[in-house]
Amino acid sequence: MSSRSSIFDMIGPVMIGPSSSHTAGVVRIARVARRILGQQPDEATITFYNSFARTYEGHGSDRAVVAGLLDFKTDDTRIKTAFDHAREANLVYSFKSVGNASTLHPNTVKLNLTAGGRKVEIVGESRGGGLINIAQVNGFRADFSAQLHTLIITAEDIKGSIAFIADVVAHDDCNIATMNVSRKGKHDLACQFIETDSGIRPLTLEYLRSLRWVNEVIYIPDIDL
Amino acid sequence: MALLFDSFKEWHQYCEEQKQPLFEPVLTYEIEQKGRNREQIWEGMQKAYQVMKDAVRTGLEEDMISRSGMVNNGAKKVYKAKTVLSPEFQKLVARALAAKEVNSCMGRIVAAPTAGASGILPGILTTIQEIHELPDQTILEGLLVAAGIALIIEQNASLAGAVGGCQAETGSAAAMGSGAVVYCLGGSIEEVFAAVAITIQCMLGLVCDPVAGLVEVPCIVRNASGAAIAYSSAQIALAGVNPVIPVDECVMALGEIGQSMESRYKETALGGLAATLTGQAISKKVLIQDIDILPDEEENRNL
Repeated sequence: MSSRSSIFDMIGPVMIGPSSSHTAGVVRIARVARRILGQQPDEATITFYNSFARTYEGHGSDRAVVAGLLDFKTDDTRIKTAFDHAREANLVYSFKSVGNASTLHPNTVKLNLTAGGRKVEIVGESRGGGLINIAQVNGFRADFSAQLHTLIITAEDIKGSIAFIADVVAHDDCNIATMNVSRKGKHDLACQFIETDSGIRPLTLEYLRSLRWVNEVIYIPDIDL
Repeated sequence: MALLFDSFKEWHQYCEEQKQPLFEPVLTYEIEQKGRNREQIWEGMQKAYQVMKDAVRTGLEEDMISRSGMVNNGAKKVYKAKTVLSPEFQKLVARALAAKEVNSCMGRIVAAPTAGASGILPGILTTIQEIHELPDQTILEGLLVAAGIALIIEQNASLAGAVGGCQAETGSAAAMGSGAVVYCLGGSIEEVFAAVAITIQCMLGLVCDPVAGLVEVPCIVRNASGAAIAYSSAQIALAGVNPVIPVDECVMALGEIGQSMESRYKETALGGLAATLTGQAISKKVLIQDIDILPDEEENRNL
């Protein structure tokens, strides 16, 4: 497949206004964050950076981020009233603004989520036209778009782990589109972010989870599904 | 090998050689490039048109007040006001405003080609369908033609205000709408492309200078003027008037002007209307002032 646009990018996407980077992109980032947490958060601290820091309220990005945490899609008319739905769902949230994080993308948002005892931190960038990049997950450099099928594997930093996982994915007839590996330190925890062109079978995910040296496997199919 | 929508010239040649209507190679493109089938494409276009119609209705029926207060039920006022030119023109303007106001007020729209220009095609298409009593199928074919026009502009210039200014967003939307109108009224390929050329000629140079950075002022009124220009251009083109500068060269001019435009005129809210005294005062009022500014060294560590 080439990088040529779809006619549904020209006549579309169908979305909630006012701005694809401020609403659609932000909804997608929050939906990814919810997937990584694995459930609806009880509490969310949301930090908007740079350009987002000043404009998030006027553009409704605050409602968009809460809507994404409630797992609403980018064309869901409930985005406008997301705060009311959050109250019903017992989701507690707060916002912060940081104006000058010059090393970050102009439209960056950080989500710190908790549910039960579990905590995650996600840094996402809204890159225009509703496209996103998840830049960091729990301090690991991530860089994935969430438009394909994403596999996030946290494992011990041991020899051959990358080749092994790539081989297992290949056996599922999955082509790997992008892959990023980062680690806390030598022989410490490593995190692999793998984007595949097609879906991975539940059985394969179970197998990966059963491996002794694998701590956690998170699977996020196309974020708009 | 399917047409890749690199130029209007190739699109024209392809349709003449293959004896196909303008929308047909757009279908083939999507099938070959994106793996969709014909049914999915027609369904998708039908859905998009339905969302456009719903946005027009919502904007004319429901309360449309934006958080900043700059949008305040303008479309409804226009719909009921004294007629300036003709009832049809009044409806066109009201409908383009309505769909765009829905966008500014966090309603559901079709970004065609972008959210900032999302009132233009709904205003144009619902009005042409009503005046000429066209079946939905004709409008959907017109939407495919509009998509082909956008593909070529994206390829050779830009569709984004941040890259090419307002001319790239509302200018492209108006060009798409104008071409679609001439197609829907049975115009020839020359006439459809002349409508695109003339519309671009009218929209060139328009800067993107949104007050407070919000997609409200002047975006909303420019959706109305874009729709009006699309109609004046369609009228000129359908009469067989020669645009003189060929459509592909008009697109090149759009790209060239966009490239040389200073960044303060490209969605940054630093120039034009955004930089006026009133623009700045509104910006102070609606933008968040309570922002943490990190000491230089902490920028990185804080994450």
